Amino acid sequence: MQWLDALVQGVLLGGMYAQYALGMALMFGVMRIVNIAHGDLMILLALTGISLATAFSLGTMSLIAVLVPLAALLGWTLQRGILNKAVGEDPLPSLIATFGLSIAVQNLMLQIWSADTRSLRGGGLESASIDVGGVYVGVLPVIVLVTAIALTAGLDFIVRATRFGRGLRAAAADTEAAAVTGVDPKSIYAVSTAIAVAILGIAAVFQSLRATVSPADGPAQLIYAFEAVIIGGMGSLWGAFVGSMVLGVAQAIGFRIDPGWGILFGHLVFLAALAIRPEGVMKRG
Amino acid sequence: MKAEPVLSTHALSAGYGDFQALFGVDFEVYAGEVVALIGANGAGKSTLLRSILGLLPVLPEMVRFRGKPVGGSKPHTMVRNGIGMVPEGRRLFAGMSVEDNLRVAVDYGRKPERDDDAGSIWTIARIYALFPILGERRDQLVHNLSGGQQQMVAIGRALLTQPRVLLCDEISLGLAPKVVHEIYDALPLIRQAGTALVLVEQDVSLAKRASERLYCMLEGRITLTGASDSIGRDTIAEAYFGAIHAMA
Ligand SMILES: Nc1ncnc2c1ncn2[C@@H]1O[C@H](COP(=O)(O)OP(=O)(O)OP(=O)(O)O)[C@@H](O)[C@H]1O
Ligand SMILES: [Mg+2]
Repeated sequence: MQWLDALVQGVLLGGMYAQYALGMALMFGVMRIVNIAHGDLMILLALTGISLATAFSLGTMSLIAVLVPLAALLGWTLQRGILNKAVGEDPLPSLIATFGLSIAVQNLMLQIWSADTRSLRGGGLESASIDVGGVYVGVLPVIVLVTAIALTAGLDFIVRATRFGRGLRAAAADTEAAAVTGVDPKSIYAVSTAIAVAILGIAAVFQSLRATVSPADGPAQLIYAFEAVIIGGMGSLWGAFVGSMVLGVAQAIGFRIDPGWGILFGHLVFLAALAIRPEGVMKRG
Repeated sequence: MKAEPVLSTHALSAGYGDFQALFGVDFEVYAGEVVALIGANGAGKSTLLRSILGLLPVLPEMVRFRGKPVGGSKPHTMVRNGIGMVPEGRRLFAGMSVEDNLRVAVDYGRKPERDDDAGSIWTIARIYALFPILGERRDQLVHNLSGGQQQMVAIGRALLTQPRVLLCDEISLGLAPKVVHEIYDALPLIRQAGTALVLVEQDVSLAKRASERLYCMLEGRITLTGASDSIGRDTIAEAYFGAIHAMA
């Protein structure tokens, strides 16, 4: 029962990681950008969300409704203003740009919110749980997991079956050929980053419901998203989801072995995955 | 006196970084015409097409399309204005099906206007009529197709952007003679739609047969131009290889 419990908790934890990883997988798949500021943007959105919720006494759903469009706009502006100038064959400029952005965002957050930890109150949602045959399952983590599945399926559908998705796959496969077929890669990129950051807006609300956030938390979240994306096969959306599950379960099992080992166990599984199957559990698709 | 060319370049110079590949190229295409562009490896043919499309930086006045200076515009803007390209090496969208490759062009290419007559508008159905094998293999991933079939997808994709001028970069390269015939047999049908064609070719006799006018390039410059059926082999050889080689 102890291991079943670990498995269940791991999968639920993986749902949170999947929300972080999805946008990163999208950005990597389309632009070959590894967004170092990914975690910091999530924290920025979380702190913004907490402040908005406090100032206007917003409930969870209204906060999501406000924060997601804001996040999309942030992503779009970020891509148009900065990243479109750094993206290209050479991955280094975009890596440096997002690294710089990460530091700038962290400092900005420290200025605005100071180093205090904050969180959102979800009206009891955060502590509610149900007993499923002896395994306690939190309501919030289940919502997080279901949301992650819905987001992954929705984004996968958009990529496979819509006009925008075809333009996106074309630009990802061959930027220049896409351009001579009428696709504006820069505009595809802007929408992709808008979607990626919009998803972070949702993740930010859940993260601040289930835990506390503070300005320096970004890099740790980045690592989880990054590891999930690598385990899953860089750029594959469902791969990132599976990678998140693997990471979540590894951490939960590690935690059961020794409470100090949870995070470390996740990193070890990541390294093992890199050594055994560097192309990821799913190939790019 | 002839009408104004639909597409022209004027003293076009371009290159890659410090390396200059084109030196003052004057090139023109009239509506509905088939023009061949020949030249040895590295002569600058692809560079000229890429400069026209805006894939390399050039000044606005260096490229004129339908009476307007358009040089250096973004490639997707050029395409949406009516310049299509079949890129060298086909450059299909890997990981996508035949039909999805074509649909990208329908989704993002030029939208037909009222003054385009209905018979000249390309649809996916018309591409399948032109190349029936593509219809049969529409759901297959493009990398499972033969080279000739891939070239057909590349041509179909370019046509579906509804070009007024279509630039084809070495569409016969690496294909069996039978397949080359099959593809070249489709060209008259493309012309019927009123599309002007620019054919970059290494095969000089093929280029001469398929075109009305011909340009020859050597080391980044146009060395010869004239009606395809009136230029002799020796004249072409001299323009193609340079005077020294022709004498040897
Ligand atoms: N990406 C590039 N970077 C630097 N130089 C290039 C690049 N592409 C082409 N060149 C150079 O520009 C010149 C013209 O090349 P281009 O590809 O236009 O020739 P081409 O006539 O199309 O030849 P081919 O028949 O082999 O396709 C050559 O000297 C080539 O080496
Ligand atoms: Mg070439």
